[in-house]
Order: sequence, then C-alpha cells, then structure tokens
Amino acid sequence: MSMFSSKNFKLFTSPFNLQNPITVQVLGICSALAVTVKLKPALVMGISVTVVTAFSNLIISYMREYIPPRIRIIVQLVIVAALVILVDQILRAFVYDVSKQLSVYVGLIITNCIIMGRLEAYAMANKPWPSFIDGLGNGFGYAMILAIIATVRELLGSGTLLGHKVIPESFYAGGYMNNGMMIMPPMALILVGLIIWFQRSRNKELIEK
Amino acid sequence: MQEYFNIAIKSIFIENMIFAFFIGMCSYLAVSKTVKTSMGLGIAVIFVQLVTVPMNYLLLEYVLKPGALKWMGGQFADVDLSFLSFMIYIATIAAIVQLVEMVVEKFSPALYNSLGIFLPLIAVNCAILAGSLFMEQRDYKNLGEVFSFAFGSGFGWALAIVSLAAIREKMKYSNVPAPLRGLGITFIITGLMGIAFMSFMGIKI
Repeated sequence: MSMFSSKNFKLFTSPFNLQNPITVQVLGICSALAVTVKLKPALVMGISVTVVTAFSNLIISYMREYIPPRIRIIVQLVIVAALVILVDQILRAFVYDVSKQLSVYVGLIITNCIIMGRLEAYAMANKPWPSFIDGLGNGFGYAMILAIIATVRELLGSGTLLGHKVIPESFYAGGYMNNGMMIMPPMALILVGLIIWFQRSRNKELIEK
Repeated sequence: MQEYFNIAIKSIFIENMIFAFFIGMCSYLAVSKTVKTSMGLGIAVIFVQLVTVPMNYLLLEYVLKPGALKWMGGQFADVDLSFLSFMIYIATIAAIVQLVEMVVEKFSPALYNSLGIFLPLIAVNCAILAGSLFMEQRDYKNLGEVFSFAFGSGFGWALAIVSLAAIREKMKYSNVPAPLRGLGITFIITGLMGIAFMSFMGIKI
C-alpha cells in the first residue's frame, strides 16, 4: 500500500464532512465552544488538538500490540498527557497571551473525547501510518468547525477578525452595533445547532430518526 | 461557614460547568436521553468529584507547587514540579475511578449495578479533570473550600444533565424539523438553557 493511496486520502477527507468529529461523531464539544469567542485562540486550539491527535494516534498504534487491554485507558491517558504537557509548554513559550486566554482548556485536551475516541476506534486496530492520517484528518475537521464558529462570533460580536477591524467606521456612524449576544457562551451552542441543521439538510443520510 | 456555602452556590449556578464553561459536554449530550440514567451519571460525577478534587489539592499543596517539597528537607525547598500537574491529575483520577469502582462493587452491589457502566466513563469526563484544573487556577485557601467547590461543580453538572434529560423526554412528542432532530435541537435547547442560567450572573456573593 503506498503512502498516499486513495484509501488514505479518503481517510483524511471524510472527517471534513460525513464523519466530522463535532457535528456527526459528537466528540470534543467541551473545548470547541469555549475558545471560539475570538478567531486567534480558536486557530491555536485547532492546531494543538490536531498535533496531539495525530501523534497520540501514531504512538498508540506503534504500541498497540504491547498494551495489556485491562490497563489500556491509563496508558493512553499518560501518553496523551505527556503530549499535552509538551504543547502547553510550547504555547507558553511562543504565544503567551493566547495560552493565558485558553487557560484550563489546554489541559482539557487530555480528556478531549476526539483523542480518546480516535485512539479506541482507530489506532488500537490499525497500522501507524493510516492512524496518523486519521488523526490529522480528524484534527483538521475539528479545527474547521472551530474556525467557522469563531469567525461568525468575532465578526458579529466584536466587528474584528484576528484582532483587525473589519467593519468600517461608517457603518457604526450609520447606527450599526456589535451584537453583544454573540460573545456570550450560549450563542456558541446555538451556532453549532445551526451548522448541524445546515449540514444535515444538505446530506440527507445523516438525519436521525 | 458562610464562605463555604457561597462557594458551593457560586459553582452550582453562576459558574455552572455546562452553561458557563461547556465542560463535560460529550457525556452530557450522549447520556441525556432518559432521566433515570442521567441521574445515575450525575450522582457518580458528584461522588468522583468529591474524592478527586481534594486529593489533587493535597498533591498540589505538598508535592507539585513551587516550594511544596519543603517538608522533605531544606534542599528540596526550591523544586518546582508544577509542569507535571496535568499528568499527575489525570493519573490520580484514573486510579481513583478504578479504586472507587472496585470498592463499590465489593460493598454495595446494588449501587454498583446502577452506576456500573458509568464509572469507567467518568475517568475521561472533562468535568472531573476541569474540577482539578479550576481548583488550581482559583487558589482555594483550605480543604473546606475545596470540598464545597467540588460538591458545587459536581452538583451543577448533575442538575444540568437531569434537566436536559427531562426536556428531551418531553420533546419526543413534538414535531422537530427532520435535519434538526436529535443532536441539532439538543444543542439549541442547551443554548437556551444557558441563556436562562445567565440570569444568575447578576448575583453578587
């Protein structure tokens, strides 16, 4: 099997739509919503989760034949925790302000269900390279939803994107106002609900009975 | 006495794990189909929270903090192990959940049968780890405050999941647009419940 076969490509792209970790598999919602007030922390979070998912999948997949099944959850948690400590230290060193904004949510990557879910569902039963691709794909699928929600919330809630003013002053002079509701936590939930609504009306096979 | 009560009320209503921080959403969405099972999970979360958060507090105070190892002798006074906190917390949680499972199985088979399947799931519930991380971040002063925070955050989570389950049971009889059915409408309801909980933010304690 070549490294970039069509099967691997499908593995990489399916999490973007039909197997999306957030809207279809319902994994990793916890952190997805809390970090999406602004675009920059959302992107940093998306990249961090992608890195941790991909590498924990890779490592666990190499170890899968040597882990006794009874203690596998503890083994998985320790490996994920080690990777998250690395990510946390790197974030503190290079983007300190974002790391402050993300606060406990960096630590919560450990218990992010996407990682445990992919480890259990994929890496424990597959070869290292496909597991790595699967981790990358799921991480990007997650990052994509985060970026969409954060773009909407930052644009409508503060009128900026990545900290730059996007909505011109003349709009405000004409009576336009930022929607303060978008910054509040509940709007993130409602936006995810709307994304799910949109996605499922385009893909009828995802509709629940 | 009063400050313990304040911390508990604050962590149940104002800083609710679900509605203010979105923590523990995965199992919140997956297990909230019936009131009975969500009650079981809620009680299990309160219980595990009450054991793990104080335990991690003690570990933080006497092992992890900068200077915490002073009790071992002067040469350890400036050791700082706080970068290890994630790993220590999650190991404690996984170990304690395993232990609690075995103890409950041995001494109270009835409780074990009602909680049984949920206990292993709790090790990877974000709400538990977040309890320990918030405990570290908010700098509680003594064990009493930590206990009342642990109880409050667990109880707030349980309250949220039981009330969502009650709404979802009723919703079976309503006509939801097909693409929204199941997950979509659950998100929107949680959002609306969150807006209702925002009214507690005005309370000053």
